[in-house]
Amino acid sequence: MADININTVNKYFGDVHVIKDVSLDIKSQSFTVLVGPSGCGKSTMLRMIAGLEDINSGTISIDGQVVNDLPPKQRNIAMVFQSYALYPHMTVFDNMAFGLKLEKRSKDEINERVNEAARILQIEDYLQRKPKQLSGGQRQRVAIGRAITRKPKVFLFDEPLSNLDAALRVQMRVELAKLHNELEATMIYVTHDQTEAMTLADDIVVLDTGIVSQKGSPLELYDRPNNMFVGGFIGSPKMNFISSKILSKSSDATEVDIMGMSKISVSKMSASSSEGDSVTLGIRPEHLVVNGDADGSWESKVFVVEKLGDVTYLYLEKDGEPLVAETEGHSEIKVGDTVKVGFPAGRCQLFDSSGQAFK
Amino acid sequence: MSWKKISLVFLLLIILVYTCFPFYWAIVSALKKAGTGTFIVEYWPSEPVLKNFIYVLNRPAFGSTFFNSFLVSTLTVLFCLLIALTASYALGRIQFKGRTVLLLGILGTSMFPQVAILSGMFELVRSLGVYNTYQGLIMSYVVFSLPFTVWILTAFIRDLPIEIEEAAMVDGANSYVILFKVFLPLMWPAMVTTGILAFIGAWNEFLFALTLTISPEVTTLPVFMASFRGESEFEIPWPNIMAASVLVTIPVLIVVLIFQNRIVKGLTAGAVKG
Repeated sequence: MADININTVNKYFGDVHVIKDVSLDIKSQSFTVLVGPSGCGKSTMLRMIAGLEDINSGTISIDGQVVNDLPPKQRNIAMVFQSYALYPHMTVFDNMAFGLKLEKRSKDEINERVNEAARILQIEDYLQRKPKQLSGGQRQRVAIGRAITRKPKVFLFDEPLSNLDAALRVQMRVELAKLHNELEATMIYVTHDQTEAMTLADDIVVLDTGIVSQKGSPLELYDRPNNMFVGGFIGSPKMNFISSKILSKSSDATEVDIMGMSKISVSKMSASSSEGDSVTLGIRPEHLVVNGDADGSWESKVFVVEKLGDVTYLYLEKDGEPLVAETEGHSEIKVGDTVKVGFPAGRCQLFDSSGQAFK
Repeated sequence: MSWKKISLVFLLLIILVYTCFPFYWAIVSALKKAGTGTFIVEYWPSEPVLKNFIYVLNRPAFGSTFFNSFLVSTLTVLFCLLIALTASYALGRIQFKGRTVLLLGILGTSMFPQVAILSGMFELVRSLGVYNTYQGLIMSYVVFSLPFTVWILTAFIRDLPIEIEEAAMVDGANSYVILFKVFLPLMWPAMVTTGILAFIGAWNEFLFALTLTISPEVTTLPVFMASFRGESEFEIPWPNIMAASVLVTIPVLIVVLIFQNRIVKGLTAGAVKG
């Protein structure tokens, strides 16, 4: 239906180079999430696809047609904004019908489409209200409804849930996933919330200061991050990073040391590495084995215990950032205890000094 | 009541008297008989008469100049708002080189006193062949109320959320649709405020009306009022002039009272981001 091809696109704001040679292929009917810290250029990417922002070089095509110079209305897209951006003086019905009226659709068709969208989003009871009489969640539904009625090829979402409270955010997240299945449209979604990215996406695109750091399915990014940035960005609490050294190399594994206490042989390789090189060992809190046996281990004092009910996070003393380990919800471990954490070799990541992952 | 409160009330009373007394005095004077009685100080008319009002209303030029004033003021407001609305959209939303200079220039033009540009305006109006016409008056009034109106509306448009405009663009609206269907309904407070100020400005204006028009078929109320003559050249017919002042003020009062709620909203709306 509507593939989107982004080809070596560059964008400058004055002297600031915000998008650097980005190329992306977004498959038709996929749900793609652009994620990254603030200032990484994700919203700018979305606005360039929408046509609200010019591009300085490169091409963007939707459905095979280069849209660089087309205004938003000719791109067959709809966009949902973070601040909802409803027309305050119009009723919910008129908000959703505005685009259709501009397309000069017949009255019957407008009624039919708006009512259909209202049914899907369960806002049929509010059609005659003004936006200010609605709650945040209802407003967001209207904003989505406004996008649906126009039946665009591509839906663009710019942090649509970040103004909602936590409970509503989870609820709307589920509904968005449902909506995507129902509409079978291409959706591009910008967020800084990696939970939203993990749960909604077919593909996640991690952006870092204007370049694509990695693109892949949520689990690909979780299991095999390309670099330290992606490793640290995906997952919560974030991946632990431990400075280490290569002790030895074999044909299919690299042996590194764990803070001078232990060593571990990780079956990942990098051609450019050699013995004695500084590397960073990455391991997620949930993969550390607390007080159990693993391929390598390390001992330290606990200085903070966070009990969340289902899990407990232990913060261990380490040079630099603390090491976070996850253990069972009803853990007996107290602040000041010394615990042994085990490192399963299969879960460890290695990154070279420039942050690139060993494969 | 504390001293603080009492002194505040006292201060407010002084301000109230200070601002309202001239109008009250005009009403009292208008109810007096002509002649020497005019010069006796009376805070409450002892023998109120309506003859001054009747005199003014019976003057043949009153009706025509009233109509002229109304027509000229209303058209001034309409043109002024239309031009200012489109200008402020460009000035408030489109980034272009020299925008600040242009805005300052617009503000700068409003700093010239009327007298300074009077002769120039006269020449301009003459050369355009609109001397002693409505167009000439309206043109000169629009020139005077535009800078202020453009500034207020520009500030207001800048404060409207950019996402609303972008949402409309995505919905397929062009600039005119955005301006008239999306922005205009949100701008009523600012439009009403600036519109009323432009109306009052045009309604009260005397110097241009006196210079640019000559015949009672075209001229406006302030000029008509200035044309009152007494029994002799040494007498100024105060009661008649006061009666005319009162009559002339009433339409403005009505307009302001109707829209006062919106004026307050409009005056603050552009100033503080809501």
